[in-house]
Amino acid sequence: MNPTDLSAQIACRFPSLACLREPEDLLPYSFDGTAAYRQMSAAVVFPTNAREVADLIRWTAQEGAPVVTRGAGTGLSGGSLPTVGSLVLCLTKINRVLEVDARNLTLLAEAGASTADVAQAAEGAGLFYPPDPGSMKVSTIGGNVAENSGGLRGLKYGVTRDYIMGLEVVLPDGELVWLGNKCVKDVAGYSLKDLFIGSEGTLGIVTKVLLRLLPKPAEKKTLLATFARMDAAAATVSAIIAARIIPCTLEFLDRITIGCVEDFAQVGLPRDAEAILLMETDGHPAAVEDEGRQMERIARENGATSVQIAQTAEEATRLASARRTAFSALARVSPTTILEDATVPRSELARMINFIQQTAAKHRLRVGTFGHMGDGNLHPTFLTDERNHDEMGRVEQAMREIFDFAIELGGTITGEHGVGMAKKPFLPKAVGDASLGLMRQVKRALDPDNLLNPGKIFD
Amino acid sequence: MQKPPPGTTRDDQPRNGKQAGHLAGLDFSVLQQCMHCGLCLPTCPTYDETRIERNSPRGRIALMRGIAEGQLGVTPAFGEEMYFCLGCLACETACPAGVRYGELFENARPDVEEAGVLSGGKRRLVRALTLRWVFTRPRLLRLVGRLLYFYQASGAQAFVRRTRLTRLLPKTLRELEPLTPRVLPRFSDALIAPVEKPAAATHRAGMLTGCVQDLTFSDVNRDTVDVLLANGCEVVTPRAQFCCGSLHAHNGELELARELARRNIDAMERAAGSLDKLDVIVTNAAGCGSHLKNYGHLLPDDPRYAARAARWSAKVRDIHEWLAATGWRRPTAETPVSVTYHEACHLCHGQKITRQPRAILESIPGLKLTEMPESTWCCGSAGVYNLTQPEMSQTLLRRKLKNLAATGAGVVASANPGCTVQLQAGLRETGSQVRVAHPVSLLARAYAKEKAEPGS
Repeated sequence: MNPTDLSAQIACRFPSLACLREPEDLLPYSFDGTAAYRQMSAAVVFPTNAREVADLIRWTAQEGAPVVTRGAGTGLSGGSLPTVGSLVLCLTKINRVLEVDARNLTLLAEAGASTADVAQAAEGAGLFYPPDPGSMKVSTIGGNVAENSGGLRGLKYGVTRDYIMGLEVVLPDGELVWLGNKCVKDVAGYSLKDLFIGSEGTLGIVTKVLLRLLPKPAEKKTLLATFARMDAAAATVSAIIAARIIPCTLEFLDRITIGCVEDFAQVGLPRDAEAILLMETDGHPAAVEDEGRQMERIARENGATSVQIAQTAEEATRLASARRTAFSALARVSPTTILEDATVPRSELARMINFIQQTAAKHRLRVGTFGHMGDGNLHPTFLTDERNHDEMGRVEQAMREIFDFAIELGGTITGEHGVGMAKKPFLPKAVGDASLGLMRQVKRALDPDNLLNPGKIFD
Repeated sequence: MQKPPPGTTRDDQPRNGKQAGHLAGLDFSVLQQCMHCGLCLPTCPTYDETRIERNSPRGRIALMRGIAEGQLGVTPAFGEEMYFCLGCLACETACPAGVRYGELFENARPDVEEAGVLSGGKRRLVRALTLRWVFTRPRLLRLVGRLLYFYQASGAQAFVRRTRLTRLLPKTLRELEPLTPRVLPRFSDALIAPVEKPAAATHRAGMLTGCVQDLTFSDVNRDTVDVLLANGCEVVTPRAQFCCGSLHAHNGELELARELARRNIDAMERAAGSLDKLDVIVTNAAGCGSHLKNYGHLLPDDPRYAARAARWSAKVRDIHEWLAATGWRRPTAETPVSVTYHEACHLCHGQKITRQPRAILESIPGLKLTEMPESTWCCGSAGVYNLTQPEMSQTLLRRKLKNLAATGAGVVASANPGCTVQLQAGLRETGSQVRVAHPVSLLARAYAKEKAEPGS
């Protein structure tokens, strides 16, 4: 069916469904948060409940129409980018937080609820939803499930997957299923919900999410250390873990990022530092106090040139501001900002960062690296200009080399952004033929006609 | 979707619409700076109401980019979208990449006007009457003000409202009537001498009295001068000042905006001798201030004015900003009043001034400041938005009034005439007793009270 027919038929068959069809309406849905990808869709629809999603999918399956599910469009791998002639299913109007169950420590939300709304609802009950992706004020919880999003607390608290107890999913044939429950223990059959986490909308459409919550940590301690050498920062991280401390935050900025932060926000960072490390520990006040002191000592023993410890909440905010403004500071430098998320085992961090810096220099590129030192998830950020084709060619080459090296070190091409379009060429090498073959089999079993988000993750 | 006209292809001509000049002429990197991360979405008042990407900053920038690249023409839908945007600049505050949305927006609207895609006879007439005629002629504007004053002071307005005679008016006018601000009997020139000096002057200030501000809030202008005098400023006030041109710049009339900027620079130079003889040019209207600071960017290619405009921009300060930077005398008399602060978009987003007005309010003994939820959320006034988009404007006004009521404050402080008129209209409509006051007026009253109660 051609795009015009598709949108006309939807208007005719689903008259109550809000549907956008004009070019001025569709253009703003032709991209997500990923740089340099654009594709117009045939139409954008806004269902208001799961039943409407199921009815629509049953019909599109019959008609053989491709469907791309979209949340808030903040993804960084092109996962919600429309494919040619596709129908975009936007879930932002299915957005209620339905229940906070304090006895079972769970929260039930519709897929389009924002991550911030979920976190706030949990906090309102004195509870805690830990995953905090950078876009959480905007991103939807359904999108977080689809991409298995991470955040700054990965080391101690894990990622989205670690908090999913149940999912309501519309399957590619339009059937509505519920997977999982409120039980902490449940081994009845395959854990099917796990199949859909991180599946990027290629296997089904998540419409409801049952989340696990934690008690809110009573206390938090914030430290900021500066280092003259990156390997000293990495050694500090290793020593902290070896001392059996699991901080909730271990974030670093490299020299280029430090310079950009200083240019932009003047927070008083030493420009000659090779790395700064933001460290936070949370939990019981006595433990936090003790761990804070130990982390300070370890940082000094491993060559930190300075260590600041926040005494008040305001001071903690001030210390954290360098890390918080890192991305903004980098994003202002040039017209195109490409944020990557190569990830390696923690023990290989210093080697990886070193390699990124060398690769950037070799290809005459500006790359600022920051990220989650505790969990090995790096954000090499390319500061470039998509109109400069020569430079974009070098960016691509550098990225390829960085991903290859990450794989060589036992790491992965994406820690938290997903594969989508952007990482598709690198996936075969990252996971190997057998694994990729298995993925294809799963996709074929659930979506034999390849109608849900076709062409994402793999072809 | 319309088909391209025969004989043309998509590549060499935009599809359904006219060629765009201003957007296409922009340095493209300004448009490209948007990395579509979406962090602006939750701060955009129109997107928050509709949840449609087109009604968001990210969506609008995508459309502008589509036009600049020739993928999209300047269509009626594009024109409508550019006027559905409030221009509140909340997105600039939220943007991690520093996109200058205001600049994009100011270039998009002239494209819409020049393409003529929104041309209805009535719209043209209203724009010609207001933008080209009344708001470029200070004396005419004041004459209109005078007539409005007599309409109000004679009791005619009260009569018309009481007897619901407004029902006889055409729909547009009927909707506008409740928004007509109360015009004051005397305008700024009658209240403020050309030069006023304190006992000992440490600074010399040029005072901008505005246009609407001058008709409806000349008392705020007087208060501003009093506060400046109380803080050691000699105040120079040019007569019969022109509109600053923000109305024009924000409504696609950049040429008129430039002309008004030149006349304002001339007038201030005449009154003060030269701009160099002033330490500061003070404005108390947020919307104007945001634009006045922009004269340098407005006239960079004008050989006679470029340097003067840059000097002008460097000297313009919002009154709160100036007082906070130079230090103001804390009043001593007790003023027991409960206040909440509404942040004008062009103060908090346009000029990033948030701390100073609060500090000034809190310096008044006895004044209790209660924060309202969403204090930075647009009230729907947005220049002439309440006239052009009454529905969305009313939705935002209701939201603001609800947040305001939640504080229980008896006074709402607002530092922008547009917001003040909008809030007053909303409060009157709902029968609320809450008053609207400029922070500087509250400070001026606190100073005045000291004189009334010496020794306190």
